[in-house]
Amino acid sequence: MIVHSIFFYFFSIIAIFSSLMVITSRSTINSVFFLILDFISVGCLFIMVGAEFLGMILLIVYVGAVAVLFLFVVMMLNVAEQKQSWFIGKKSTHIPTGLIVSVLILLELLVVVGGWKYKEDVMSSSTLVLSNISNTHQLGLVMYTDYILYFQLAGVVLLLAMIGAILLTFRERVGVKKQSYFTQISRNPSTAVELKDVKSNEGVKLDD
Amino acid sequence: MIEYLQILGQEVYKIVFLLVPILVSVAMIVWLDRRVWGLVQKRRGPNVVGPFGLFQTLADALKYIFKEIIIPASANKVVFIIAPIVTMTLALVAWAVIPMSEELVLSDINVGILYLFAVSSLGVYGIIMGGWASNSKYPFLGAIRSAAQMVSYEVSIGIIIINVLLCVGSLNLNDIVIAQKNLWYVIPLFPMFVIFFISALAETNRPPFDLPEAEAELVAGYQTEYSGMMYAMFWLGEYANILLMCALGSILFLGGWLPIMDVYPLNIIPAPIWMISKILFLFLLFALIKAIVPRYRYDQLMRLGWKIFLPFSLIYLVFTASFLFYFEKLPKVNF
Repeated sequence: MIVHSIFFYFFSIIAIFSSLMVITSRSTINSVFFLILDFISVGCLFIMVGAEFLGMILLIVYVGAVAVLFLFVVMMLNVAEQKQSWFIGKKSTHIPTGLIVSVLILLELLVVVGGWKYKEDVMSSSTLVLSNISNTHQLGLVMYTDYILYFQLAGVVLLLAMIGAILLTFRERVGVKKQSYFTQISRNPSTAVELKDVKSNEGVKLDD
Repeated sequence: MIEYLQILGQEVYKIVFLLVPILVSVAMIVWLDRRVWGLVQKRRGPNVVGPFGLFQTLADALKYIFKEIIIPASANKVVFIIAPIVTMTLALVAWAVIPMSEELVLSDINVGILYLFAVSSLGVYGIIMGGWASNSKYPFLGAIRSAAQMVSYEVSIGIIIINVLLCVGSLNLNDIVIAQKNLWYVIPLFPMFVIFFISALAETNRPPFDLPEAEAELVAGYQTEYSGMMYAMFWLGEYANILLMCALGSILFLGGWLPIMDVYPLNIIPAPIWMISKILFLFLLFALIKAIVPRYRYDQLMRLGWKIFLPFSLIYLVFTASFLFYFEKLPKVNF
């Protein structure tokens, strides 16, 4: 048991430290690296409490996909080092706005968690929790039966976000030549080669 | 506490006996790769150092160890040094869950396949970090290419894994192997096996998808600025990843440590030998593909991943699920 708590404190200290570093470090790239470290240690905490499926999904989705894209964007945009910091240097104008937003989020979280009502079936059915079926099966049993509507709705919301992002960034480009694989493969000398008589001093227009 | 130390000691012992064979086999696999490549091109390949040139990789490694490590002046030093370590660690850490036989596995966890998928999706970090920290144009372009490529092909690998999991009903790697006792999944899911193989080539940056290190355009891609032992670590990590993908392919589709048929002369051969021979078979395919297929263009690579593999594997997923549901073959879970 003592080993368990040693590991718990190890991972939680890393998680808290790295989340502090995310908001205080000056270079944006370092922030993203610390965010990744934070995700990984939270994933380890999930695994330690026995939620192995959630821990692995956290690693796959957040570290393996979302954080890669973060890193990608930060590197591509080449965001300059922040001149203003939380406690060093000049006063930033962003801090009051950020504080208001975070206080609001904290209040909202308090309201939500304070009024939390677990679904009675899940909490009372001791068979589901105590039986020796694996974590993943338990999650599936709850998610695809009682919460199927919310599960599907979450999927629809994600789909909408994806369509919205494509719609916002899509622009039709004119004058771009696209390669059609089928026409290219089905070319043969009789369709591809055209002989033209070129008159002297006149030239010929090749590409339409 | 003493008990815990004993357990820790045993675990370290097991880990050493897992890692040393993997590192040795990575060295041998590099030799095999170069040898096959040579034979396809009617050359001899490495054949001087040791019998059949077997010690060529060891000699190369020794050379790398004694070479000077050069860190570019404008590089981000910490990230530059961490990058090859990340690549190598992630490539080795994934082997913890690969079952060589029913008992011969370091940790037989419930979500083994998810663990493998997670670790292989983390592999992109070593490349991005190395490319960015070098602070040079070619490595950066290579890193950007590789990030886009690996994220795209992970999606189709994920859906292929779901296809297999639908037939098994468990995320445990040993369960996946045992479920193939009667029929290897390569037969009913053959199109998925082909797509998995091609996606594995893209995921490990092997030819014909080796765009992150396309030597004609990008010198050596993300490893351009690396030298000495750090370059060797990238290189070892890459080959350990290739072996891992072969192991994953043989577990998902070729029945892992199971013999071809459960009949007398075949089933007395120990399970690890079957597993190793299947990994070697897949690796030979990898090596042959490297020798005979020309490199893809970048837009073709993206088109293949998103417009062909992803829709096709999704459609096949619907087909598998409908088939299993209609013929009532869906796996039963015992509560």
